[in-house]
Amino acid sequence: MTQLTALGKSPAQPARRAPSRSRRAVALNLVAVVIGLVVWTALATVGVQGLPGPLEVAAKAGELIADGTLLTDALASLRRVLVGFLLGTLLAVPVGFLMGWYATARGLLEPYVQFFRTIPPLAIIPLAIVLMGIGEVPKVFVIFLAAFLSSVVSTFQGVVDVDRTLINAARVLGASDRTIFLKVVVPASTPFILVGMRVGLGSAWGTLVAAELIAAQEGLGFRMQQAQLYYDLSTIFVGLIAIGVLGLLMDRLLLLAERRLTNWQERR
Amino acid sequence: MNVKISFRDVVKTYPLKDDTFTALDHVSLDIADREFVTVVGPSGCGKSTLMSMAAGLVEPTSGEVLVDGSPVDGPGPDRGVIFQQYALFPWLTVRKNVEFGLKLMDLPAEERRRRAQRAIELVGLADFADALPKMLSGGMKQRCAIARAYAVDPQVLLMDEPFGALDALTRVQLQDQLLDTWSKDQRTVMFITHDVDEAVYLASRVIVMAARPGRLHKVVDVDLPYPRTEEMRLSPEFGRIRNEVWHAVYHQAPAVPAA
Repeated sequence: MTQLTALGKSPAQPARRAPSRSRRAVALNLVAVVIGLVVWTALATVGVQGLPGPLEVAAKAGELIADGTLLTDALASLRRVLVGFLLGTLLAVPVGFLMGWYATARGLLEPYVQFFRTIPPLAIIPLAIVLMGIGEVPKVFVIFLAAFLSSVVSTFQGVVDVDRTLINAARVLGASDRTIFLKVVVPASTPFILVGMRVGLGSAWGTLVAAELIAAQEGLGFRMQQAQLYYDLSTIFVGLIAIGVLGLLMDRLLLLAERRLTNWQERR
Repeated sequence: MNVKISFRDVVKTYPLKDDTFTALDHVSLDIADREFVTVVGPSGCGKSTLMSMAAGLVEPTSGEVLVDGSPVDGPGPDRGVIFQQYALFPWLTVRKNVEFGLKLMDLPAEERRRRAQRAIELVGLADFADALPKMLSGGMKQRCAIARAYAVDPQVLLMDEPFGALDALTRVQLQDQLLDTWSKDQRTVMFITHDVDEAVYLASRVIVMAARPGRLHKVVDVDLPYPRTEEMRLSPEFGRIRNEVWHAVYHQAPAVPAA
């Protein structure tokens, strides 16, 4: 969200920023990364107890990539997140539309949505284990719940916020309720849905590691927890960085889709 | 005269906490076929509500609104509406916006395309047919909205302060274009405005309304010939009518409070 506004509200021409500007921004980003690595190395050299330096972590990463562990773990984690996220969003969009469009549906569903939204999905884990065992189901379920609750609220909000004059404009041209829903409400709330999806993906990814603490056999969270037992900080760092990079990549992909699909919005 | 739109003893009230708010108090008004009527009045006089009833977007509490002799039952493409806020679909290009109503009429694609193109050319937006609304100025957006209304060829145009948000120059241009089009196809136009000059310049009859409760105050006939010209705006006759309307709008006796 913050990146979105920051990028969207660039003081330069909204359509295209000058290439020199963005090159400058990339250069600054790289400088920041280098400074970070230097500080990290310094901290490790000065001797913060057991802290591995970047090179050590890189070596460990190479090792984990070579023996295929990192790939297997990353794929296992991605699969859980994507399945949970997709199921959550697939359910959230129609439920959000129902709540926004029909007062009855809203009245019936809103107490549950608002109530479960206040419970961190992680707090559901003990219950999920008892009810669903220790297989994939409870992990995916918790991620699903996290994604669903974030998306449903913003979809619902998007439908409620659709400009009444747009609906009236369609009605006076002779549009039926069905047409208004499909041709006006759905496109008008797309920006909200996409923002909801990004937030949902964020919370899905954020729930992953904790979900993998439930007796997983593979996955980035599981690998880090194993490493903790053996005091293997390098592996923990590799896991953290992998989670960060993958999360960032997925967020950027969604941001790209969002830009594509909501290019029509007036950005001020 | 052939009556096109008829408001018969129309009342509109909204419930308040422990009272009712009367937006329109027993309004009766006939608008002739092919007439250009403007409705002017202070804010809160119910002029937009009156228009929305003809559009079928608002139902009267009592009384009835007839178009061509039959009661209005919801909106329909026979009555084109133009809103002050343009109300373009921002995700559709100018052409797609204009085609929106045509698609609902189940026309063959070619016919649809042709009519949209004609409407776009009529309002002078041909060069922007494939632009998104965000690329357009306020005046161009309103032209697009007008083209969208014209495209479905309604018999009645209902315009709710359509030029209210535009700068003075653009407003004059759009007024002249509107009159030009109207003199050719002679639709019935009900045009809401709070601008006295605009009301007099466009209409053959100005309806002045009063507020609290919203009601008809005065009807002023504009005996100026069409086409209206720039010189006419400066003529003594125009000035006289304008003053009459101005006086009716701004020096209204306060309403007698309902017992």
